[in-house]
Amino acid sequence: MKTALIIISIIFITPMIDREEITGYNIGDYATDFSLKNIDGEMVSLSDFSEAKGYIISFTCNTCPYSVLYEQRIIDLDKKYASKGYPVIAINPNDPSKNSDESFEKMVAKAKQSNYPFPYLVDETQATTRAYGATNTPHMYVLQKDKDKYKVMYIGTIDNNPKDPEKVTKFYIDDAMNEILSGEEVKLSKTKAVGCGIKWKSSS
Amino acid sequence: MEMKKKYFTIILLFLFSSAISQEIEVIDISQMESIIHEETGKTKIINFWATWCKPCVEEIPYFEALNSNPEFEDFEIILVSLDFVEQLDSKVRKFVEKKELTLTIKLLDDTDYNSWINKIDPTWSGAIPATLVVNNSYGKRKFFEKQFTEQELENELLEFKDQL
Repeated sequence: MKTALIIISIIFITPMIDREEITGYNIGDYATDFSLKNIDGEMVSLSDFSEAKGYIISFTCNTCPYSVLYEQRIIDLDKKYASKGYPVIAINPNDPSKNSDESFEKMVAKAKQSNYPFPYLVDETQATTRAYGATNTPHMYVLQKDKDKYKVMYIGTIDNNPKDPEKVTKFYIDDAMNEILSGEEVKLSKTKAVGCGIKWKSSS
Repeated sequence: MEMKKKYFTIILLFLFSSAISQEIEVIDISQMESIIHEETGKTKIINFWATWCKPCVEEIPYFEALNSNPEFEDFEIILVSLDFVEQLDSKVRKFVEKKELTLTIKLLDDTDYNSWINKIDPTWSGAIPATLVVNNSYGKRKFFEKQFTEQELENELLEFKDQL
């Protein structure tokens, strides 16, 4: 079963790797599902969460100082919004050969140490990361389920102060989630932040 | 007495020169914009980096080499650190001293990134390293969100050099 899933994902995902220009998703686009290995060894897809109304996808990693600074805030997002139908799914996009602290084993240790309440997936081929257009860590995408499709509602950063959660004055994800949950349009649907560039595989 | 004076001068000079080499100006976004838009007649290479960013640290020696290369004397290189200002001494200054950098270094102190990233370049995602090359005299600018090899960097700059 697992092998079949891997083969299927390779067949569907490989064409994306060849794309010359990777622009990624924009607001209103539909995100493709993925099948990525979780820290418990099981494959995880968006379609596994039948109860979910959407997802908060976080491209993040073990070592980037910004990922570390935002770690607790990502956990808090899951605590706040999983019960409202929007669980966090974390994806590590980095090539571990560029930094051994990004290895699968280190991901397992990190999730255990920080008690991640959400899946922490590894994007071994980096095809999902490319399809989404993530560029740095942490890079957040809020998706809303639309029948069996996943509509991109928000792309960007969590808030406007990585350094000090006490000094945040703009809560981008919270604002977007409140608007989504009350059926309103997301006013600020795209934000940018300084972060660690994703460590791409050398061959791609 | 003469001898004492001499020593005093040497010590003064030493203090003065080391003070100069360690000067890292902390700037805000409006000062950053002035640096970008100010017409100096030179081509400005503005590199955004941080001490925690491995690929940034890897390419800094190429910028340092350009700084002392007479072929590139018409270029002005400015390294803009995006480290937190609280780490100016513990991280940035320490790094600059260890690498014996002679480049102009500034620290852009503003972590409300979404408010200013587009002012540097609308195509910038916010990932570093990133480098802006700009010549205001003939209105040419190019933005790179990538890590350079030494050869790539020189090739890109030659494009600016040809127009001087």
